[in-house]
Amino acid sequence: MKLLFALLLALMAVGAGAAESPDTATDEPAATFEAVALGLGSASFREKTALVERLAGFADPRVPVLLETLLAGDLYADATTGALYIGKADPAPLVGATEASAPPDKLRKVITNNSLRSALRPLIAATRLRDPDPEVRARAARTLIGEVPLALTPTLEQVTATEQHSEVRQALRTALASVQLADADPGVRIAAVRELADNSDKQILTLLEQRARQEQEADVSAALAEAIAALQAREKWFAFFGDLFFGLSLGSVLLLAAVGLAITFGVMGVINMAHGEMIMLGAYTTYVVQLLMPEHIELSLLVAVPAAFLVSGLVGIAIERGVIRFLYGRPLETLLATFGISLVLQQLVRTIFSPLNKSVITPDWLSGSWQINGMLSLTYNRLYIILFALAVLVTLVGLLRKTPIGLQMRAVTQNRAMASSMGIRTGRVDALTFGLGSGVAGIAGVALSQLTNVGPNLGQSYIIDSFLVVVFGGVGNLFGTFVAAMSLGVVTKFAEPLVGAVLAKILILVFVILFIQWRPRGLFALKGRFVED
Amino acid sequence: MAISSQPKLLSDAASRWLVGTIALVLVVVPVLNLLVPADSALHLSSYWVSLLGKYLCLALLALALDLVWGYAGILSLGHGAFFALGGYAMGMYLMRQIGERGVYGNPVLPDFMVFLDWQELPWYWYGFDDFLFAALMVVLVPGALAFAFGWFAFRSRVTGVYLSIITQALTFALMLAFFRNDMGFGGNNGLTDFKDILGFSLAAEGTKSALFVASGVALIGGYLLCRRVVTSRLGRVLVAVREAESRTRFLGYRVEHYKLFVFVLSAMLAGIAGALYVPQVGIINPGEFAPLVSIEIVVWVAVGGRGYLYGAIVGALLVNYGKTWFTGAFPEIWLFLLGGLFVVSTLFLPRGVVGLLQRRRSSHQPSPPSPSPQAAAQAEEGAR
Amino acid sequence: MIEARHHLPTNILYLDGVTVSFDGFKALRELSLAIAPGELRAIIGPNGAGKTTFMDVVTGKVRPTEGEVFFHDTVDLTRHDEAEIARLGIGRKFQKPTVIDSLTVWENLELACAGERGVFTTLMHPRSAGERERMAEILERVGLAEAAGRPGGALSHGQKQWLEIGMLLAQSPELLLIDEPAAGMTDHETELTAQLLREISGERSVVVVEHDMVFVKALDCRVTVLHEGHTLAEGTLEHVQADERVIEVYLGR
Repeated sequence: MKLLFALLLALMAVGAGAAESPDTATDEPAATFEAVALGLGSASFREKTALVERLAGFADPRVPVLLETLLAGDLYADATTGALYIGKADPAPLVGATEASAPPDKLRKVITNNSLRSALRPLIAATRLRDPDPEVRARAARTLIGEVPLALTPTLEQVTATEQHSEVRQALRTALASVQLADADPGVRIAAVRELADNSDKQILTLLEQRARQEQEADVSAALAEAIAALQAREKWFAFFGDLFFGLSLGSVLLLAAVGLAITFGVMGVINMAHGEMIMLGAYTTYVVQLLMPEHIELSLLVAVPAAFLVSGLVGIAIERGVIRFLYGRPLETLLATFGISLVLQQLVRTIFSPLNKSVITPDWLSGSWQINGMLSLTYNRLYIILFALAVLVTLVGLLRKTPIGLQMRAVTQNRAMASSMGIRTGRVDALTFGLGSGVAGIAGVALSQLTNVGPNLGQSYIIDSFLVVVFGGVGNLFGTFVAAMSLGVVTKFAEPLVGAVLAKILILVFVILFIQWRPRGLFALKGRFVED
Repeated sequence: MAISSQPKLLSDAASRWLVGTIALVLVVVPVLNLLVPADSALHLSSYWVSLLGKYLCLALLALALDLVWGYAGILSLGHGAFFALGGYAMGMYLMRQIGERGVYGNPVLPDFMVFLDWQELPWYWYGFDDFLFAALMVVLVPGALAFAFGWFAFRSRVTGVYLSIITQALTFALMLAFFRNDMGFGGNNGLTDFKDILGFSLAAEGTKSALFVASGVALIGGYLLCRRVVTSRLGRVLVAVREAESRTRFLGYRVEHYKLFVFVLSAMLAGIAGALYVPQVGIINPGEFAPLVSIEIVVWVAVGGRGYLYGAIVGALLVNYGKTWFTGAFPEIWLFLLGGLFVVSTLFLPRGVVGLLQRRRSSHQPSPPSPSPQAAAQAEEGAR
Repeated sequence: MIEARHHLPTNILYLDGVTVSFDGFKALRELSLAIAPGELRAIIGPNGAGKTTFMDVVTGKVRPTEGEVFFHDTVDLTRHDEAEIARLGIGRKFQKPTVIDSLTVWENLELACAGERGVFTTLMHPRSAGERERMAEILERVGLAEAAGRPGGALSHGQKQWLEIGMLLAQSPELLLIDEPAAGMTDHETELTAQLLREISGERSVVVVEHDMVFVKALDCRVTVLHEGHTLAEGTLEHVQADERVIEVYLGR
């Protein structure tokens, strides 16, 4: 009950606003905020719980900071005076110490335990309900969902009534309804259930299910069952959407890995088994770029993309000029020679960088996730990978369709003799096309460095998948590659929960093998004359 | 005039040399190992006997690949799968022979099953305690897989690079499957800790020599069988398929049947090679299914010279001896060298070491085909 | 097949309303054609008239979108694949000579030789003495007896043409489809080829696709003119040469 009392006090105090002086806000003017706070350092856990409840009652602006610092385990007390500081290494005075006074020698951490921490959370949230920032208010209200004791209902009602911001009001109403689920009046309970039924939140589903187990009243039970069914249906839908998103992001990875191959294999008809190593080189380029600019990790990826394109592209051109051009028209020989090159490149990387995996740092703007609602959150790195893959694809299609070099590339691959007689230097175009395909593989390496381990074997794990995607989609068809990559990605993700990751992979392989037998030219076969004939 | 259309098996000098040399080695090596005293300079250690036996098995595997690649033009990047399946079949027999001598002493279940808390033997392990059954499986399992795979692939006319890539996907899929513990083949660790074969201890010198001789006999037998195939009319149909597939069809040959026949035969030979290999190295694990293993076989054949049969054998022995030596002396250089071999043999040695020697001797021999892909491509184009 | 002989077929090859379309483009449009047993027929037409597609349809390489193709009036060729059709007795010679380069002339001929074509037959049974004699005769006939041991790839263009014709003879089909046999031959060889084809017809049916008018004239047979996948005219060479539509689209000017 003490806790509730303190909460009420806190709400009222915060509600009174920052303009008021601390003394007018409390019934006990004798016990100042400072005096209570200074006791924290030496109190037992039980005493601390009482103290924080009292502290929450003060309208001092330091209250939220104090409580949060305590929750974060970052609050330190002077062993002798009880003065409170934030942090230990470079303590910032909070209570009981003037800024002029030197930091004391002996700082002791104000320790917390589980029950104290769980008492702290709603207290902190409550102090925030009247924060000027609506973002903060909304977050505070969401924290209170399902955690507010029944007695707090009137206060919540009051806050809800005065709230102007619609999003915050919605969150407050949800929090209120979560409390009212246990209300004595069945009518209120039914209204609360109806209110909650519109939410998409796993936590609320759990609350409703818990309530349904306790509920005695038939009407309320019926309403509960209806609401639970609605939420479960929505949960299924969002789970499906989440899987779809996952599948699309996996498909994007496949697309990135395969799109370079779609050019070298699909457009030129060259079997480049070292394609995976072009990806690997791109990933290592990212690693080196980050080593070179440790101060600007946030920008490193932006630098790494062109760098990887250049590195892999130049290596690709060297391979084309040095080996592949002597083997045109002999696909099986090309396959063997480029496989040899892949072994050499792997060993080269092992010799230079060691066989161990290298850690590539993920910039902050790529980490974290986008919480759409309580049932669906999309991680940023996967989101960006989808966008990135699409951007690469669109750029490539544009390059091939709209630029003079793209025109030359298509001309040479479709009719070499004719192109040559029209003055196109076919050798140069071959080298550039191969360089382009390899460079794109390098870009894929930058993206993959954010998702998997960067090691000498990185490329190997993608080469078979890449070929399957290109062959499945129809050789020489970038759109086919896109469709194939996305559908394989999505199918894999949906199959994984059913049969497990390894079996899903095997099934996909078997499926593509069977598919190729059924349609040897892939999903979208080129019409007419064909590179592989 | 090449009117005698069915040459005798050992009609050519190369075959006589090859079979003669292997036969000689099969006598000399066991003698040096078993009869020459250990302190003599001429004594050959058991390590070498097993190593040479291993080479002979790999040569048989290369021979099997040359039959499909060198003659029918099917570049299989998944032949390691057939080899491994044969090896697993033998491994299962050897596992069952361990009996109560395993760590857990279970008379029926192999150790790894006891470890996984399995209560009874899976049905597909039945019968493997019998050597004849296991020996049958050594050829039937790879043969059946090759038949099923080839039946679909050749009927739907998947050829060239497409076929190569799906064979690679096949062995990759099998590798993933065999890595799984619940497949019942020992998962990651595979099958190992074998004790004896047909009642003879695998650690005994005599057994090692016997396995060595068996490998050599299998190699000679395999060579003669392949030679019988390629010198028959069927062999010439295969060459026709390699060079102008649709032309061959218009001549009335069911190309898919011919391909299926050599593919299955080749898979069975690979299975036998695997079965002889496993008791000599003492282990079989899913690593044998790795795509790299399969593609290494291709480089043996390419280095030796494809389309000669004996070229494959020479290539397998050369490259594998080189591998043993280099991985011992300069382990980090081996992959550079292997990679270089792929490039050099395709760019500069299109007909392999054997082709090089033959050109130098420039004795005119009509039968070894000269793989000339441009000509083949033209022929194909004409037939379309 | 044997049954068909009893019925004394009126046509060895019969096409009715055959249409072949590739993604909307019609290579053949309701083509109807009948070849009598023992007939020699020349098919002419400009590029893209559908001559090669016609051969593809008959030999099973391409399935018609619509229409019927019968051999001996009873065997539905659309239900068989290339190898089966070849075994039924339809031989085809391609425009570009396609002999197997790394097999000798003799081995090429042997490959084409009529008989069982099963895997085990070819593995177990060499050619009989009678067959070998026949092959030697054919080699004499096409003038390649001296070259029997040479690899196919080492032959001149004209020799390859002759070898192909020899292979067709060895295959001993009832119906021969021959695509531009005179291409790359000297005038003398062309004359010899025409003579050979005239000899063959009578016991077998021969359909020749040709551009060379001199050669067609030398064949001295019924001529079918194809245009845009359709029969434009049919009759003697003089007759079709007089046809105005033919002059317009093909003979020109």
